[in-house]
Amino acid sequence: MRHLLSTHDLSRADAIRILDTAEEMSAVNDREVKKLPALRGRTVVNLFFEDSTRTRISFEAAAKRLSADVINFAAKGSSVSKGESLKDTAQTLEAIGADAVVIRHPASGAAQRLATTDWISAAVVNAGDGTHEHPTQALLDAFTLRRHWAKLAGTPSGGTDLAGAKVTIVGDVLHSRVARSNVWLLTTLGAQVTLVAPPTLLPIGVEHWPCTVAYDFDEAIDAKPDAIMMLRVQAERMNASYFPSTGEYSRRWGLGDERFARLAELGLADTVILHPGPMVRGLEISSTAADSARSQVLRQVANGVSVRMAVLYLLLSSGLYAQDATAAHAKESAS
Amino acid sequence: MRRIVLSAGDIDRALTRIAHEILEANKGPEGLVLLGIPRRGYPLAVRLAAKLAAADPAVDPERIVGQLDITMFRDDLARQPTRPPARTVLPAGGIDDRVVVLVDDVLFSGRTIRAALDAIVDLGRPRSVRLAVLVDRGHRELPIRADHVGKNLPTSRAEKVRVRLAEVDAGAGFAEDLVAIESLPAQEEAR
Repeated sequence: MRHLLSTHDLSRADAIRILDTAEEMSAVNDREVKKLPALRGRTVVNLFFEDSTRTRISFEAAAKRLSADVINFAAKGSSVSKGESLKDTAQTLEAIGADAVVIRHPASGAAQRLATTDWISAAVVNAGDGTHEHPTQALLDAFTLRRHWAKLAGTPSGGTDLAGAKVTIVGDVLHSRVARSNVWLLTTLGAQVTLVAPPTLLPIGVEHWPCTVAYDFDEAIDAKPDAIMMLRVQAERMNASYFPSTGEYSRRWGLGDERFARLAELGLADTVILHPGPMVRGLEISSTAADSARSQVLRQVANGVSVRMAVLYLLLSSGLYAQDATAAHAKESAS
Repeated sequence: MRRIVLSAGDIDRALTRIAHEILEANKGPEGLVLLGIPRRGYPLAVRLAAKLAAADPAVDPERIVGQLDITMFRDDLARQPTRPPARTVLPAGGIDDRVVVLVDDVLFSGRTIRAALDAIVDLGRPRSVRLAVLVDRGHRELPIRADHVGKNLPTSRAEKVRVRLAEVDAGAGFAEDLVAIESLPAQEEAR
């Protein structure tokens, strides 16, 4: 693995390797000295062209706990606002000596572009590109679910997948890179994914995705899911009206108090609620649901650091070896 | 070419002696913690703990054994293919103010032990740290020595020392423990 760009092309073995490594990393986060020397002397650049709270902080904490140096770059207040291109920004980072670039960008495919051009030689981690993918979010969701179910079963979570689990993803699928990354990753790991959304908020071609699609949230709850993942309504990406009113959206596709109470009525004691954040309380999720014992939201944030530590470690720890291997390969093909 | 230098019986007797040496040096089992280094140091630590318990009934083997992963502390991380880390498990009482005995199968360059010492510093402050190894094959690259050695094996750098333990290697066809020296093919050595 050189880069982490999407979960679409992530193999089951690689996914489980990341989750297992994250399991060991999480042990470090419980210790008094939350620091490992594995990436000493490496530089990780957080390149954020879009606003973010938890993803940027999470990547920063992850890199620092592995002893890497972190440079935070926000497009606001940088030369990007003077019209600098992605290429020039990337080459500046290359000149500074970045070993890894964590990039968030409003354009789908920005991370892919960085990774496949010769602009930089650093490892590229996609931290969200437009409405395409957000792989580390899907990995931390899978990690959270795997841990939850392992705990219920009383077995260690290492080495296991999510076979047989039913996960329902509800909300603005059209604009959600989190939903896309999760559909690919969770099905790779053996879970059954159901998407629930108003027809206007489903992308064209969703029928070809490896999941089922429903339009009625109540029927989806009757199917007794093991986990419900609520998505944020991404008002900032909506340039047209996709539903009549927020009141109607909330009534039909929000996890309000009534639907939350139905989980208990149906005897779904172990069904958990996930949300990638930031939550819009009162729209897609009620405060009762968000603050309940079912909610994994804060656990997701904590697990995010472990998963990102694992990703950075697996991409960066063998840096010199990878360079030698590439150099040897280049030499071979030249001769 | 493979030459077996320690049989299962030899290994068992060496561990019995090391267990008694540990008790003797520590003047009893007070404050002892055995930390095995994955992969093969850990089963050795478990066996040593059982032998300590057999020698002194005051020892609860479950409560003194731990596993110490040193992957993240290696000095050659960047020069090797990526290694997934293993688990670090400390005994319930932690390692603060304990006498930690590091346990590994082969002592060679000493770099693994250096990494282990760094890892220990991040976990607590033991009263002292000692080192027990099954085989010391020489060729140290750092000023490190073992306190308890199962067998000193003079080797050449071109040789490889293979330790096989039933707990780890039964799946690969080694139901019996052994320590063997393998020499590389002759033309390799001639180079």
